[in-house]
Amino acid sequence: MIKVTYIESDGTSRDVNLEEGVNLMDAALDNMVPGIDGDCGGACACATCHVHVEPSWIDKLKPMDETEDAMLELTDDRNENSRLGCQIITTPELDGLIVYTPEGQH
Amino acid sequence: MTTETVVIVGGGQAGAQAAVSLRQEGFEGRVVLIGDEPVLPYQRPPLSKTFLAGELAKERLFIKPAAFYEKVNVEHLLGEVVRGIDTIKQEVSCSSGQGLHYSHLILATGGRVRLLDCPGANHPQVHYLRTLGDVEAMQEKFTAGARLVVIGGGYVGLETAAVALKHGLKVTLLVARPTPLGRVTSPEVGKFFEDVHRQAGVTLCCNTGVESIEDDMGDGKVAAVVTDSGYRVLADIVVVGIGLLPNVELAESAGVSCDNGVVVDEYGRTSVDNIYAAGDCANHPNPIYQRRLRLESVQNAVDQGKAVAATICGKDKPYAQVPWFWSDQYDLKLQTAGINAGYDQAIVRGDIASRSFAVFYLCKGRLLAVDAINRPAEFVAARNILSKGLAVNIERLQDESIPAKDLADVHTQSPAKSVKKEGLSQQEVA
Repeated sequence: MIKVTYIESDGTSRDVNLEEGVNLMDAALDNMVPGIDGDCGGACACATCHVHVEPSWIDKLKPMDETEDAMLELTDDRNENSRLGCQIITTPELDGLIVYTPEGQH
Repeated sequence: MTTETVVIVGGGQAGAQAAVSLRQEGFEGRVVLIGDEPVLPYQRPPLSKTFLAGELAKERLFIKPAAFYEKVNVEHLLGEVVRGIDTIKQEVSCSSGQGLHYSHLILATGGRVRLLDCPGANHPQVHYLRTLGDVEAMQEKFTAGARLVVIGGGYVGLETAAVALKHGLKVTLLVARPTPLGRVTSPEVGKFFEDVHRQAGVTLCCNTGVESIEDDMGDGKVAAVVTDSGYRVLADIVVVGIGLLPNVELAESAGVSCDNGVVVDEYGRTSVDNIYAAGDCANHPNPIYQRRLRLESVQNAVDQGKAVAATICGKDKPYAQVPWFWSDQYDLKLQTAGINAGYDQAIVRGDIASRSFAVFYLCKGRLLAVDAINRPAEFVAARNILSKGLAVNIERLQDESIPAKDLADVHTQSPAKSVKKEGLSQQEVA
């Protein structure tokens, strides 16, 4: 299992144990992590699964593609650690990953 | 003090969103979601895309897991049809005989497929694509070598054709209009998708209507689709995607005003007190376009669901979004922002032949909409321009040396400065 920690805007921390190959948007919905909407179901079409990745982890992720990069421009508080949860797929190397979820996606 | 009850009729995207948003807005009363399908609310867009392709597990379709509804205390009645509304007693009556009092009633009744109207249309191999059950019923026929005739050149028809072709089916696509997507996009973009499907191997016929469907051998196994141009195309399976009709009958029977959908104001309120509507069934005013729209899209369902929930909770969050929509076909992602109806100029940015370009639609110099094909940055830029009412100029739109995010012409005031709110999606403007 791969442990991912979601930290909410109010500081609430939640560890979730995931199988390999799961995306962080689906995992958040399954585990009722607040702040992740995922309106388009993971098609990289809506930018409602924005997360800030803990800086020490950002370089371990597969780089974002052009679509994700563009869609992130729709989010309110993009920074250099911004990613879309639907595009982060769990691998054994990501065991221990920490992401911060925003208060809301709109 | 009695507890307030919100009853939501319709277990689709809008109904589910309204339920979730009621809790997020702090509603503490009872919330009951009534859906006529036997399953929890699910996403429809993947039905004609990854789910039809077998690439997405059924569990992944559900908008929220069952435990979520329990956690936020949303009751659901599934497989239940609401037969009538008593607006005086504020009560809905269900097919099971159950009656339910409401303090607020949300109609999120969606739509149903438009049925093919020709002799033989009830042939057993004729399918429609709207519900999970519809797709499950056709999936086993999606086998390599099977002959598929798709009737309808809208999003559902094109996406179905693309998935089928990838699965090795022999696909014929019949389009009534001069180009596919004729109702929602421009001839340029329609022609592009026509070429894409032809190159992929689809036999595509435009300007072609269906006269009748015959049973080829009298055993119900093979349909023969007879076109108005005289062709007779054999099909192991026929998929019809010719549009959606809003489900307004329940509202009408209760005296709620309807006109191409349930008529609502910017807060989602209908003509009857304490009754609201959201999603595909709702005809609403859009301040950006200064006219009424009825949209069939996830964006519209989600954002209207939120607006209605806010209204019920006494918050002022009028629905004022830029519509947006997407479609996946082959290696192409089409993203549309805005509504192009009434455009007088179509500006192409990029090279259509490269399969990566955007078409900006303008009316009197003001941006109305964009169709972005494998151009997410242009889609995002257009949403921003539309939601802020920014000006554009044609030279900049065409100039690829200017990054998409800088496309707004910041030096000129827009001729129609409008709403500041962030925007939305479209499928169809009826």
